[in-house]
Amino acid sequence: MNGNKKNFWDLINSISREIIYTILGIVVIIPLLIGIKEEVQISPAVEAAYKTIESLDSTDVVIVSIDYDPSSMPELQPMLKAILRHTFENNIKVIMMAFLPLGLPVGTEGLEEVAREYEKVYGEDYINLGYRPGDRAVMIDMGKEIRNFFRTDVNDIPLDSYPMMRDIHNYNDIALIIGLEHGRVGEFWIQYVGSRYNQRIVLGVTGVMAAETYPYLQSGQIEGLIGGLKGAAEYETLIKKPGFGLTGMAAQSWAHIAIVMFIIIGNIGYFMTRRKQGRL
Amino acid sequence: MKKRVPLLITFITGFIVIVSFFVPHRPFGALETETLIWYSIILGFTLLIGVDSLVRLHTRQIRRKKKGWWYSIVFFAGFFYCLTIGIISLIRTPNPFQPGTVFFYGYETILIPLQSTMFALLAFFVASASYRAFRARNLDATLLLITAVIVMIGRVPAGHKLWTRLPGIANWVFDVLQMGPMRGIMIGVALGAVAMSLRLILGIERTYLS
Repeated sequence: MNGNKKNFWDLINSISREIIYTILGIVVIIPLLIGIKEEVQISPAVEAAYKTIESLDSTDVVIVSIDYDPSSMPELQPMLKAILRHTFENNIKVIMMAFLPLGLPVGTEGLEEVAREYEKVYGEDYINLGYRPGDRAVMIDMGKEIRNFFRTDVNDIPLDSYPMMRDIHNYNDIALIIGLEHGRVGEFWIQYVGSRYNQRIVLGVTGVMAAETYPYLQSGQIEGLIGGLKGAAEYETLIKKPGFGLTGMAAQSWAHIAIVMFIIIGNIGYFMTRRKQGRL
Repeated sequence: MKKRVPLLITFITGFIVIVSFFVPHRPFGALETETLIWYSIILGFTLLIGVDSLVRLHTRQIRRKKKGWWYSIVFFAGFFYCLTIGIISLIRTPNPFQPGTVFFYGYETILIPLQSTMFALLAFFVASASYRAFRARNLDATLLLITAVIVMIGRVPAGHKLWTRLPGIANWVFDVLQMGPMRGIMIGVALGAVAMSLRLILGIERTYLS
């Protein structure tokens, strides 16, 4: 009996990684396949982002900066689509640009999809400036004249040939910058554009980046913060257009529960083994 | 001469950028614009240096038949594939990243799944590592463990179902508990960056020249 008990605690103290991977895979895949949509609680940070965009006029123009690539797509793409739906719903004009070459196609895909949904016209309601290297240099100089770095759009057509761009020259003509970030570019927006040009900024960041971005929200340097897939799900809830954010939250919810369960099991096994060894 | 010219370039560029921050008028504003455009152009060329370095490294791996050398063949396959379809797309359309181009097809069907998969693997490693390493061995580890569990559960819908106040506690951890140390770290890093920038501009820090 005693020997069996010892084996049991040893067993739960050393679950193989294959079992952990299999269980995690199952709890992630099943909610995605079934398409369960979880209800999420709205956090003040996301609500602030929503209210900032909601407060804009239909004559206003926002810049959406795609500073992520496919690796962060599951978290940030639902965020992009939710934000674009909100802006197009309120007839706000959108300028898209990218500081990551591999992020541009992802952003373009999202922009075109949502623009089609709302029957928006390219060049009148939205424009895609494309990618430019040298993030900080581009940011600073856009404060003087956007055309210093973007003479043409992503299709190599001069900006002045588009009606919406004729009166847009620098940050004075931009109501808000929305940066979708998986790296340090978001901080550059705050440090180089927010502080120097007094530009209003809202950031959407990956879950792991949320903690380090919170101080900027509390200090008022950004007006809203959308963090991770949960932030995307909250935004979808606020605009009443459920998308992948809410579907993904079910998978994330179960994955978190599974990980916490593994932590608890691991600790029980650890303490029982130590007790058996007389070290507790 | 070999050192003086780069030091002079660094000093002049740094001086222009700092002064134009406070005096954005002529001649500093225009000079800053010029400097920033140059910076952007040079940055483009650094990409070429990166490509050169990668190609040399993998050529060496294959030539010397080092362990895992055949991964370098995979690199070359991907490299030439991207280069070829990139050039073809660029000839056909001004924007190869536009949906519908050959380049975009490769991007959508190969690169997106590969990058997403690499990132998704993290979840499995995190689960396995949490199970093995997150042990309440002492007070510090126990505090870390409790906080992590609160945040992990409180940030997902299950947390609210479990206890309605849990999301609020998780938000409090973000807003209060982690904010102080995080702010301290950020201010420290910023002060360090200012000090390092001044050392570079004034030519005291010269390690980048070697």
